[in-house]
Amino acid sequence: MSTVTLYVPGDASAVSVGADGVARALEAEAAKRGRAVRIVRNGSRGLYWLEPLVEVVTPVGRIAYGPVHANQVPKLVEGGLLDGGPHELRLGDMGAHPWLTSQQRLTGERLGIVDPASVDDYLAHGGYRGLEAALAMAPADIVRAISESGLRGRGGAAFPTGIKWQTVLDQPVARKFIACNADEGDSGTFSDRMLMEGDPFALIEGMTIAGIAVGATQGYIYLRVEYPHAARALLRALKGARERGYLGANLRGSAKDFDIAVRLGAGAYICGEETSMLESLEGRRGEVRVRPPLPAIKGLFGQPTVVNNVVTLATVPVVLARGAPFYKEFGMGRSRGTIPLQLAGNVRRGGLVERAFGVTVKELVHDYGGGSATGRPVRAVQIGGPLGAYLPASEFDTPLDYEALAAKNALLGHGGVVVFDDRVDMARMARYALEFCAVESCGKCTPCRIGSTRGVELVDRIIAGRSNPLRNGAQTADLALLDELCDTMFNGSLCGLGGMTPFPVRSALKHFREDFQRVQ
Amino acid sequence: MNTAGETEKLQRCVSGALARYAREPGPLLEILHAVQDELGCVPAAAVPLIADGLNISRAEVHGVVSFYHHFRERAPGRYVVQLCRAEACQSMNAHALEEFARGRLRIDLGETTADGRVTLEGVYCLGNCACAPSMMVNGELHGRVTPERIGELAREWGVP
Repeated sequence: MSTVTLYVPGDASAVSVGADGVARALEAEAAKRGRAVRIVRNGSRGLYWLEPLVEVVTPVGRIAYGPVHANQVPKLVEGGLLDGGPHELRLGDMGAHPWLTSQQRLTGERLGIVDPASVDDYLAHGGYRGLEAALAMAPADIVRAISESGLRGRGGAAFPTGIKWQTVLDQPVARKFIACNADEGDSGTFSDRMLMEGDPFALIEGMTIAGIAVGATQGYIYLRVEYPHAARALLRALKGARERGYLGANLRGSAKDFDIAVRLGAGAYICGEETSMLESLEGRRGEVRVRPPLPAIKGLFGQPTVVNNVVTLATVPVVLARGAPFYKEFGMGRSRGTIPLQLAGNVRRGGLVERAFGVTVKELVHDYGGGSATGRPVRAVQIGGPLGAYLPASEFDTPLDYEALAAKNALLGHGGVVVFDDRVDMARMARYALEFCAVESCGKCTPCRIGSTRGVELVDRIIAGRSNPLRNGAQTADLALLDELCDTMFNGSLCGLGGMTPFPVRSALKHFREDFQRVQ
Repeated sequence: MNTAGETEKLQRCVSGALARYAREPGPLLEILHAVQDELGCVPAAAVPLIADGLNISRAEVHGVVSFYHHFRERAPGRYVVQLCRAEACQSMNAHALEEFARGRLRIDLGETTADGRVTLEGVYCLGNCACAPSMMVNGELHGRVTPERIGELAREWGVP
């Protein structure tokens, strides 16, 4: 019998729920039966409630089983898993799964499908077509294509990528850099991690195109230290790309040079802020820089630097390979293209949902997510990480697009949506937002450094006061003071950490005021 | 870090890291990572050696070591247990998990058990938010963690 190919995700989340054990068990069971198997450690397709998800290649295509526990493997193999046989965990062809067919996977097109360690597999699935196109174009035309695609920074700030690249291209300086921000620190987000682990060549290709477009020869990936799996996947992919001439001097015979190094962060949320990330890359404390000058003019080591998020850069090959008009067709208003949304927290079916901008919170939480994991009513979602606003169920018709959320004093950020059931105490969540800001503040500006700590004290007093009916007047005064403090932090902070901590706090105050006042 | 053997080990470690990274642009974090990966921490005695090697002040090195949560001045326990405290894990009752872990290990966050076996820490997001609550033990990620699972692991770690 010929060798059977199995896919068992090596994605960190899949591994966290037992994928390594499943891979070992499959190997052992196959050996016992004298069957030759090849196990590919792919990325995750992003249906995390089904992880560990095992797929077997059969004459009729890939057949999936999940979620598989290692101790179920003997029974599964006995039942014919190696030939796609029946079992209650059999899911069939994942490509036909409704959770995926309703999505528009562009950036995450290859996630869970390809072998992230193989250049050949990447090429076989349309990889490096963007780079081939870019190598035949003038730098200014590459930048124009990015501008015309409408691509905006997916890290959270949503700044038009084309304008950033144009600024760097326009600098008459020989030494420029591409810095990829892979310090994905927002709770509820994992799309950068999934891409780096599941399709690292897409990021490498995107950075290479960026380098060619603006005239940079060196790129850095600033990766958070909490992502050891991604670090291994990237280093392996970088080595593969170098060996095949997709990185290094005279890449693909183009007379252009570009290479990439991975630099590890050290557990500081603030280093996801671009200027603080640059400080950290230079080996210093991750303190925020005052802008101007913009990093595009004076960035890493004082040189013009493109700073883009992983998702943004991994989307660049899509734009170049398929054209700006194709990409621009997706989306609504000024939010063009697709966004990998990450559904997380207390939700039945969490994972990655890549859709054109405009999907509503309700669709995401209820249609994709299937409601809360605990089965209780969904009371709130937090969108956009620890600096994002909370929305109550009454606002779930809001479409997920940059402008629609801004109109609600909320933000899309890096696309994370965290679901909470009706047991959430929103005063405690407001306190947490301020506590997080206090822990992670770089300390450079006063509103953030001091304001966050005073805020925690204030919310502690408010929480203590909830059970004291005699404190009504003082409670109202403290709530007003908290709002004023938010005003100071919002207007007076140097960067988004202090400046946006008011979003979760104020949204909690606005939509869930009863949690701050209730007498228990 | 007071015996001659330890001092020598420290010096060898720091000079190895310097030899490998000092020529790279902005090398300090790389060097600190290399030292901590080898020694389990960045001991205070390493600071002047690194400062000398890079021709920067001790204050600059100390400032960087103390800025980042990841770098530690003392070696942790054999098992470093990092519990995620961020929102997605909170929504899945990470508070109760944290309380259970503190009770089971009889230490607070940021502390190490008296026998040096286990260090308990809080972290903010491990990127495993669709499989919350999460924790990391010596770089190994665990998802959908329950108190029972922590109990099992505690036995594996040899916690009485």
